[in-house]
Amino acid sequence: MNENKIEIRNLSKAFGKKVVLDGIDLDIKRGESLVVIGGSGTGKSVLIKCIQGLLNADSGSIKVDEEEVVGAPRKQVEAMHAKMGMLFQGGALFDSLSVWENVAFGLIENQDMPKKQAKSEAIRVLRQVGLAPDVADLSPSELSGGMQKRVGLARAIATRPEIIFFDEPTTGLDPIMSDVINDLIIESVKGLGATALTITHDMASARKIADKIAMLYKGKIIWQGTVKEMDKTDNPYVRQFINGCSQGPIKVEV
Amino acid sequence: MLGKIIENSLRKLGKPLVSFIFRLGQLSQFIAQSLYHTVTPPFYLRLVGRQLMDIGFYSLPVVALTTIFAGMVIALQTYSGFSSYGAESAVAQVVLIAVTRELAPVFCGLMVAGRIGAAMAAEIGTMRVTEQIDALVTLSTNPFKYLVAPRLLAGVIVLPLLVLIGDIIGIFGGYVVAIYQLGFNPANYINSTINELQSIDIMIGITKGAVFGFIISLMGCYNGYKSKGGAQGVGDATTNAVVASSILILIFNYIITGMFFTK
Repeated sequence: MNENKIEIRNLSKAFGKKVVLDGIDLDIKRGESLVVIGGSGTGKSVLIKCIQGLLNADSGSIKVDEEEVVGAPRKQVEAMHAKMGMLFQGGALFDSLSVWENVAFGLIENQDMPKKQAKSEAIRVLRQVGLAPDVADLSPSELSGGMQKRVGLARAIATRPEIIFFDEPTTGLDPIMSDVINDLIIESVKGLGATALTITHDMASARKIADKIAMLYKGKIIWQGTVKEMDKTDNPYVRQFINGCSQGPIKVEV
Repeated sequence: MLGKIIENSLRKLGKPLVSFIFRLGQLSQFIAQSLYHTVTPPFYLRLVGRQLMDIGFYSLPVVALTTIFAGMVIALQTYSGFSSYGAESAVAQVVLIAVTRELAPVFCGLMVAGRIGAAMAAEIGTMRVTEQIDALVTLSTNPFKYLVAPRLLAGVIVLPLLVLIGDIIGIFGGYVVAIYQLGFNPANYINSTINELQSIDIMIGITKGAVFGFIISLMGCYNGYKSKGGAQGVGDATTNAVVASSILILIFNYIITGMFFTK
């Protein structure tokens, strides 16, 4: 069996004349937690959306479990979603549904689980992310930002996916809540034995949840390695980014 | 110099034309996809039920209010116009035809377009910009099946029913004015209404209702689905949904009337 869960080769994506991804090569091993770091607007979200087939890549190849995503028929991509989960940056909770219906959505709609069973399963997962059963019947809009993130996480892991994507999981949270979410991410990924791909620019979060880190800059992966290697690297781009300096090879386009 | 001017003016003409054709293509694709996913399983009947309530049941008050006043004003105008020819007796017939063929369908269509078309575009547009539609996809749920198909189905089913109710209320409005303000004999008025009632009058209203229902849901869903750019994008989507469906309703109203009554 191939040890890579996801293999990306020479992936490119442009919107009109704006090239966002410019020949990405990236491997994610089975059970590994990879964090892609990079500044705002460097195409991190586009990368994740291409892997999930939410956006069509222009060229290149993305293989998930050795199955090609780029140019695959819609049915095949839909089948692939059954083994993926995603925590969205803003939560993206369905505001017409209650909290437990959000968490149980995949279970009810796709795994045809009876409602009662799905609800008790949803409450179990909610407890796993540190939420009391009495939030189950609330509406997502009644929750705080941190609680919404937790519900989003619960929804992402409820179907026991093999691959989980995290889009800026700690953005907009205070440092303590960020750390709580980081712990939950580690727990749930390890608990499921899942492969995880996180995009973030929060270095504290990246250090904590990453087995491996890759840096995206100008549409290319310019560096990758472990957290230890990152701290020792003399790559000027990585050094500037992790230290948060305005001076250096990365010019902020204002 | 002249060549440059010609080239520039051609370019100015061409750009909106190309974007118009692009939009038309995008819309056709959206329609084809929506229809395909409406007729193929899985079906979300529970969601169709909720839309039937939203589009149909909760629109009853506005439909009742607009059609009753439409019927009343037609009775008044017909009387004032026709009495100079001694043709007051035609009031019942004119109210019947005007309400069933034109007023009830058009008022239902426009009122529901304002109420529901805007709400649909706003809801789906917000779901788009807050990534809820992407979330649906990652949960292996097709947004066309989950969001668009139930709304299209409900629109096509419930608008004809609303038109029927509008027919009854509109004719009742005419009756009230004729009896209590213009002094008609109730029995005669009811008799002439029933005698003049033809099934084609009801049929055309129902046909229009179904077409308008499709237009309202389609425009609401399409504009919401394609919206981008945060709150402003959603605002534009709702405006476009209401304007486009209102215009299309009036155009198709004419076309359908033409199809039924050309001979």
